[in-house]
Amino acid sequence: MNSVEKEIHYLNHEKGFKSWFWTLDHKRLGLMYMWAVIAAFVLGGVFAMLVRMELMQPNSLEGGQFLSDQVGGLSAADRYNHFFTLHGAIMVFLVIIPGIPAALGNFALPMMLGAKDVAFPKLNRFSFHLWLTGALFFVGALLWKGLDTGWTFYAPYSTSHSDTSVIMATSGAFILGFSSIFTGLNFLVTIHKLRPEGMTWFRMPLFLWAIYATAVIQILATPVIGIALLMLSVERWLGIGLFDPALGGDPVLFEHLFWFYSHPAVYVMVLPAMGVVSELIANFSRKPIFGYRSIAMSSVAIAIFSFIVWGHHMYVAGQSEVVSVIFSALTFSVAVPSAIKVFNWVATLYKGSIRLNTPMWYALAVIWLFSIGGLTGLFLGTLGTDIHLHDTYFVVAHFHFVMVGSAIFAFIGGIYYWWPKMYGVMYNETYGRLGCFLSWFGFNLTFLPQFVAGTRGMPRRYFDYDPQFASYNMWSTIGAMVLMVGLVIGLFALVHSLIGQRRKAPANPWGASTLDWQCTSPPPPHNFDHAPSVDDPYDHDILRWDEQEQGFMPIDPVDGDPNLAKMGSARTAPATHS
Amino acid sequence: MISLVPLLSPFLQEQEGSYFFPVQASEFAADTDWLFHFILWVSVVSFVLVVGVTGWFIWRYRQAREPEPQPSATHSVKLELIWSIIPSIFLVIMFWEGFQVFVDHRNPPPSADRVDVIGSKWLWTFRYPNGAELPELHVIKDRPVRLVLQSKDVLHSVWIPAFRVKMDAVPGRYTQLWFTPTIANGPDEFFPLLCTEYCGTQHSSMNSKVVVHPNAASFQTWMNEATVDYDPDPEKWADNGALVYKNKGCQVCHSIDGTTAGKVGPSFKGVFGANRPLASGESVLADENYLLESIENPIAKVVANYAPAMAVNGGVSLSKEEKDYLVAFIKSLAD
Repeated sequence: MNSVEKEIHYLNHEKGFKSWFWTLDHKRLGLMYMWAVIAAFVLGGVFAMLVRMELMQPNSLEGGQFLSDQVGGLSAADRYNHFFTLHGAIMVFLVIIPGIPAALGNFALPMMLGAKDVAFPKLNRFSFHLWLTGALFFVGALLWKGLDTGWTFYAPYSTSHSDTSVIMATSGAFILGFSSIFTGLNFLVTIHKLRPEGMTWFRMPLFLWAIYATAVIQILATPVIGIALLMLSVERWLGIGLFDPALGGDPVLFEHLFWFYSHPAVYVMVLPAMGVVSELIANFSRKPIFGYRSIAMSSVAIAIFSFIVWGHHMYVAGQSEVVSVIFSALTFSVAVPSAIKVFNWVATLYKGSIRLNTPMWYALAVIWLFSIGGLTGLFLGTLGTDIHLHDTYFVVAHFHFVMVGSAIFAFIGGIYYWWPKMYGVMYNETYGRLGCFLSWFGFNLTFLPQFVAGTRGMPRRYFDYDPQFASYNMWSTIGAMVLMVGLVIGLFALVHSLIGQRRKAPANPWGASTLDWQCTSPPPPHNFDHAPSVDDPYDHDILRWDEQEQGFMPIDPVDGDPNLAKMGSARTAPATHS
Repeated sequence: MISLVPLLSPFLQEQEGSYFFPVQASEFAADTDWLFHFILWVSVVSFVLVVGVTGWFIWRYRQAREPEPQPSATHSVKLELIWSIIPSIFLVIMFWEGFQVFVDHRNPPPSADRVDVIGSKWLWTFRYPNGAELPELHVIKDRPVRLVLQSKDVLHSVWIPAFRVKMDAVPGRYTQLWFTPTIANGPDEFFPLLCTEYCGTQHSSMNSKVVVHPNAASFQTWMNEATVDYDPDPEKWADNGALVYKNKGCQVCHSIDGTTAGKVGPSFKGVFGANRPLASGESVLADENYLLESIENPIAKVVANYAPAMAVNGGVSLSKEEKDYLVAFIKSLAD
């Protein structure tokens, strides 16, 4: 590398706050999303730790109550309710839903398509500004009167009883919803219109299939939560009876509207995570993904099924018995495509050449954690067992395995995977792996005991509990501390790579044959100098390890662009290598 | 100082029930637990297979041993059908068995005794066939009971873990659940009944006791003791009020010893005759009229530093006499 000749890339081609805030570049927007989501994750994590510290010991024990009585006119129980509500609301609306699609999707999706940007760059910028506005509303609610409704905003507690900033928070969620809809719309159109020559639907990287299926859910389901939250605000503000029976409304109606969005939203969180894992498993095994079509189609199947299972949140909520039975049957249908994905990932490892870089560690952690999250879902989809388990710590543990164990772990894995592309530097593998291991270990220690606490009789959202649950809770809190240390190390490893002695990243450190790895690291402002053509996204034979480059290079590069591989019709001869 | 002893307690203490569940105290419990363990073992086997094969592949095909991938099939319809159909069979069984248990839960026998359960922030009131309203649920061993749930304010949910039953109490409609208890409690023993739908500040203390009597005679003895007729003699009003305070759930939010920790409302101790500073900045002399007004219209004069959290009559039904008794009781707690 010639240090005299300064490289021009997307990070340094223009400078200053305005060049970032008003940028139309999908890569810069993706990066800003990523850091904003990480900041929200830290905030949500602080609330999680406050919750865990309070629950470490039962209050009946000497010194068992962590939160002090009466601060700012709020009792310890009230503040605990605020903390778990804010933890849930921030993590769901500000972190997990935008996490992979908005941050990693924005960064990688146009490059995976060989495109210069998304279809509607200004709409994309508007989405990000909406996210910031929504986040400001959340912070406003936090600083003003807080929020104690649970992230579910169930009426009539939220409309007629809570004395907190409900309308400000629902307005925030409403605005974030539009951010999500516009992002989904943008990606949907981009995938339809900007695929390069040769990239048929079944030659798209699986991450794109996952983002596509996610976008469909974002566009079709998010308006419903928007309307539901608007109705809730109208009832709270003007007293128009929609959900509160005291005003002539029906609280179960709100539950239906809420879960009509919020169940599909689970797949807004998990589908992109599955997309990331599919990329990681294939590339770090140097194998074509096993059962490409089943994985792609299972993403679409999950997206469709996700719309017709919401009633499984309401088996004991007072909905009709017949409806509950139908929803239970439909719920099991979503288990099959989820299982297919896991089996396909495992089969991809077979006869591969498996490299255990940090992103792969995270991908393997997801196989472990998602398997537990998915299998424990069976107990909750089954009518007979859900009666006992509903609204207990069993549910808390289950959805954390799915939403954190799968979505957040895949998100971090994805950040590590694309980090060399984002900043043009390599992180320290030892730190990265240590962070992953501690996070995985701490996560299991936090949430496995909660399954047993739940089955033995501990309800969720409890400020205090019977001393018989003391051991599960103490293990869980210790696990949360280990998890926190793991996450901090994970973040440290990334920041560490940016300061001091930087290790320059090659264009293609992982040997991935998707197009995002065929421009320089970091990419130039417009990604590609030559319009690429595409064949199989998992054909690793077109690349070979280059010792001097410390990365993978195309065997048969496009004339004038050493990083870009000739593929499809442009490829002259089948590559062979030793 | 934090004691680390609880970390070892699952290994040291004899726990009641099985590893995952409390004692099986209703006819539903065995079915639920069997189904749970069936799904558990299917899950454990699946999990071990997935993780075991993953671990084996990682070790066997690690880069150090296999520097280059070997050609292998990119898909296999046969394999994919196998791993779609076999799990599907188990899923159908789970659905079907769960459906059966659910049908049992949702169909109370016509002969079942009826108890109305009224949820309000933050206490349960149980109304028995004889009209008595009491804060505990007492039932008789081997006699099916149907609970008809209602809520006065927000969503609540009745959960009795020992019976494996749960149902939300929804304002504006009735819901129901039923069970047949199979184990009688000894003296001073009870099964917990918990609120499992988040309902605000005192959600985690909105619990009650389920006591299973060995026979109808034992139940009747308890009922006779619990429903003493109030002695209308004005001398006894304060004593009557103490009973109302306990039976109608006042103690959930108000102490009588001056403590406020963990309570939503002010203590009753030393209220009567005192000048009460109000949230509005004014103050009021706590006489009998003020006490009665604060029961019937609690948000009219809210004491400083407290939220207007109380419902009319504390969210329970109070007769005129019971309010008189309560006022007399609070008066008796004057400094």
